[in-house]
Amino acid sequence: MLAVRDLAVRFGGVAALDGVSFAVRPGSITSVIGPNGAGKTTAFNAITGYLRPTGGRVTYDGAPLTGLRPAAIARRGVVRTFQRTSVFPSLSVADNVMIGLHLRGTAGLLAVLAGRRRLAGEESRLAADAAALIEFVGLGHRRRETASGLSYGEQRLVELAVALAARPRVLLLDEPGAGMSAAEKVGVSRLIRKIREQDVTVLLVEHDMRMVMGISDTVIVLNGGRVIAEGAPAEIQAHPDVIRAYLGTARGPA
Amino acid sequence: MTRIGRWLPALVALTLPLWLSTYHLHVAIMAGIFGVLALSLNLLLGYTGQLSLGHAAFFGIGAYTSALLTLRLEWSFWPALAAAMALAGAAGWFVGRLSLKLRGAYFVLVTISFAGVISLVSVNWIELTNGPLGLPGVPAPELGPWSLRTKSAYYYLVLAAVALCYAVCRRLVNSRIGRAFVALRENEPLAESVGVEVTHYLVVAAVVSAAMAGLGGSLYAHYTRFVSPEVFLFTYTVTMVIMVVAGGKGTLAGPLVGAVLFTVLPETLRAVASWQWQMLAYGLLLVLLLFFLPRGIVPQISAYIAGRPRSDPGARAPSP
Repeated sequence: MLAVRDLAVRFGGVAALDGVSFAVRPGSITSVIGPNGAGKTTAFNAITGYLRPTGGRVTYDGAPLTGLRPAAIARRGVVRTFQRTSVFPSLSVADNVMIGLHLRGTAGLLAVLAGRRRLAGEESRLAADAAALIEFVGLGHRRRETASGLSYGEQRLVELAVALAARPRVLLLDEPGAGMSAAEKVGVSRLIRKIREQDVTVLLVEHDMRMVMGISDTVIVLNGGRVIAEGAPAEIQAHPDVIRAYLGTARGPA
Repeated sequence: MTRIGRWLPALVALTLPLWLSTYHLHVAIMAGIFGVLALSLNLLLGYTGQLSLGHAAFFGIGAYTSALLTLRLEWSFWPALAAAMALAGAAGWFVGRLSLKLRGAYFVLVTISFAGVISLVSVNWIELTNGPLGLPGVPAPELGPWSLRTKSAYYYLVLAAVALCYAVCRRLVNSRIGRAFVALRENEPLAESVGVEVTHYLVVAAVVSAAMAGLGGSLYAHYTRFVSPEVFLFTYTVTMVIMVVAGGKGTLAGPLVGAVLFTVLPETLRAVASWQWQMLAYGLLLVLLLFFLPRGIVPQISAYIAGRPRSDPGARAPSP
């Protein structure tokens, strides 16, 4: 279980996170929502080691993640994606995913230089894994294309495949639907459900309320660096604090 | 097409001493030594994306180590060569550790400063290096009972070194280690998010690259038979950068193409023009090359070949 305790991040005098605590139930899809500047991405960065929190701690299955570098956190099975599209731009989709498979490879420097035969076997196994992941996100027809040449929505799928390649136990998705068409968002929602079915816990930051309410088991609402509500989507939608903080004013039926 | 493209250069390289004059063979040997250096620089610049502007330092460390060990301690060439590579590699490790968190301009500055310090040491530690006078009389290498003193023998030694470095680069690049290098170049935060310890791989690249440059330095020392602080000249580094960039950084063949072109070109110009015109023509050619082939010769030509309609659409284009 991924647990966040009293997590605090300050930038100078500004508290981006002001003592945030929550736990992500294994096997669930949990969403973090909140208005812009609520601290959602900051929380992601602090959990995954891209930002050193000024206070509090993050544990995964009881072991502390705070203070570890991103790569070490990834090795423990906690993998994130980025809010802004983030691929290896000049490489093909297949090569993007091959980099994602880094942790599944074992070849060290000496073995590589000696040209060990078993490495060829490992390489072809990795290539097969990459092909399967690319099929999984639905980019089979784009496998050989350069990532930077793909559409925005397709690049987000590449990103997803790269993250999945690292074999996450917990996958943190930072606005996976941003900039996607409605149809693409439906596809992503379906993918996220499929990912959960493979026993991967998903923690999601997303602005699209239809998507959040449609796929989440639990929704956590951040505002001003604090958790103001946590619960099932229906509870959150009815929660007066959330309506006040997040949606502004409560509106009657149109 | 690709098979011919692969075997023809190899065949030409193997038979070169049969149909070249001694002078041309000298040019070929220098091209080979620069080929080793360009391959070495390309590992850092082309694959990890970090520009080392102090690469002459690793070259010079290799040259001095090999020369001093054979002259002062009367080691034979081969262990001296290995020591040159080891010491240059250790220097690469040091620079890599120094610049763990430094990228881009800061990495460039660290490498330049390192080269500056090493160069000063070579000038001022006179007891060891003989200062600006340099070290004459570096012995020619021997292989068992044979001396590799002749140009054609030395040519094959250099050719073997080029082949070795090429094979090392090729194996690295086609492995998960090479992919980690490229991941650092392409998108460092993303690489870290999937568990690639980028700083570790930057150090690996620096060590291998520096050891290779040290190999080039040793070959240079035992070929010219003389080592002086000139081996640390910034010109050497710039030449390596030009070779890598013009040939095509981040490709396996690019540095070799660049090394041959930019060794042969100045020699050719020297034969046909006075020196002012040489430099002018050299500069002009470089500008034209970068203007028309900004990605380098090899990537642009392979893109051209891949872009043409082919009979076998399944064939894979050479990776850029």
